[in-house]
Amino acid sequence: MTSRVPARNGQTDWNAMLARVSFIELDARARAVALLDDGTARELCGPFDRIESPWLEPQGVVPESDDGVVVVKGVLGGRPAVVIAVEQAFQGGGIGEVSGAKAAASLSLAVRDNREGTPTVAVLLLETGGVRLQEANLGLATVAEVCAALLELRALQPEVGVIAGTMGCFGGMSIAAGLCSTLIMTREGRLGLNGPEVIESEAGVAEFDASDDALIWAIDGGAQRTGTGLADVLVLDDVTAVRSAVIEAVGRGVPGEHRSRRIREWRARLDAVDPADPPDPADLATVWAHAVPAEGDRR
Amino acid sequence: MQTLKFEFPADRPAARRTHVGVVGSGDLEVLMTPEATGTARVRVRTSVDGFDTVWRTVLERFFARHRVAGSFELNDSGATPGVVTLRLRQAIEEGRE
Repeated sequence: MTSRVPARNGQTDWNAMLARVSFIELDARARAVALLDDGTARELCGPFDRIESPWLEPQGVVPESDDGVVVVKGVLGGRPAVVIAVEQAFQGGGIGEVSGAKAAASLSLAVRDNREGTPTVAVLLLETGGVRLQEANLGLATVAEVCAALLELRALQPEVGVIAGTMGCFGGMSIAAGLCSTLIMTREGRLGLNGPEVIESEAGVAEFDASDDALIWAIDGGAQRTGTGLADVLVLDDVTAVRSAVIEAVGRGVPGEHRSRRIREWRARLDAVDPADPPDPADLATVWAHAVPAEGDRR
Repeated sequence: MQTLKFEFPADRPAARRTHVGVVGSGDLEVLMTPEATGTARVRVRTSVDGFDTVWRTVLERFFARHRVAGSFELNDSGATPGVVTLRLRQAIEEGRE
């Protein structure tokens, strides 16, 4: 898919860079409001509804009044929409029982709205390290609920995921990202099932050096993920650019075949990589371009 | 984690409730709800233990200058006194209409 990062002959367009309003620098609430049409944003289960996590205080962790997930309803490019924004500054965007339930319930309500005649689209702003460790099993359960609700909604309406940065999207919520109809990333954004530090602590520094930023972005970064088809659109970190990319993605409607259904294609790509001798990240797109499912492969 | 409670005399009720800030490292969130009680009731939940005196001094100074009546809920993740004062000022300014 076309890149929306303004670049000519591989050169960065510095005028566009200097004129932009950074999306990354906004907090979750401001991001959600910035995406929606002016004056249409209305927050559900806001801070004054006080549905914070009951599990943090007993463990000596200060809770947040919205539990780190901001749900905002409104209008996006003229269509009813719900934006679910994860606050990366609170507990690394970790998903707990309450924040996960907020996300899952708002997606389920969007499903109901669609069935009752209000075609509502969903946008997920995924800046999260995955399940919040203090609420391990409950967090996992709600991530499963989020995924189930995403699967139900995406049959009816497009779901747009945005990974802008700087946290990135890892763990259980990276599975949710993989279910989205369209995934939009910036160069600063990262996407991976296991985060670099998790891989290093589990498999050793020879497997993945979590202090090597260049390596991390070469593998998990937005440019690599869009270049290898694991995400769809690369945008500049700019409010207008992100908003137009989201509206355009919504306009494309429900894809014929979702990324997560193209099993044969992904299996062929996995077969093309030898884990004992992995390709250089820069060569992966080329390796995968030649990895097509064999004729008659019905696995 | 530590929970602290303070009360200060106040005579100017805020016009409306406001929420500012994030419970992120070095920052805090403030939930301000107007109350016509003649006091500023402050509840602080902070991730850093043992700074009771500093909290009292910072809040005393703030509410001596801005006598805004209401309940103030502060969820703190290690904010410095300067950041605490800025967030409180932001809250009362947004609550002014």
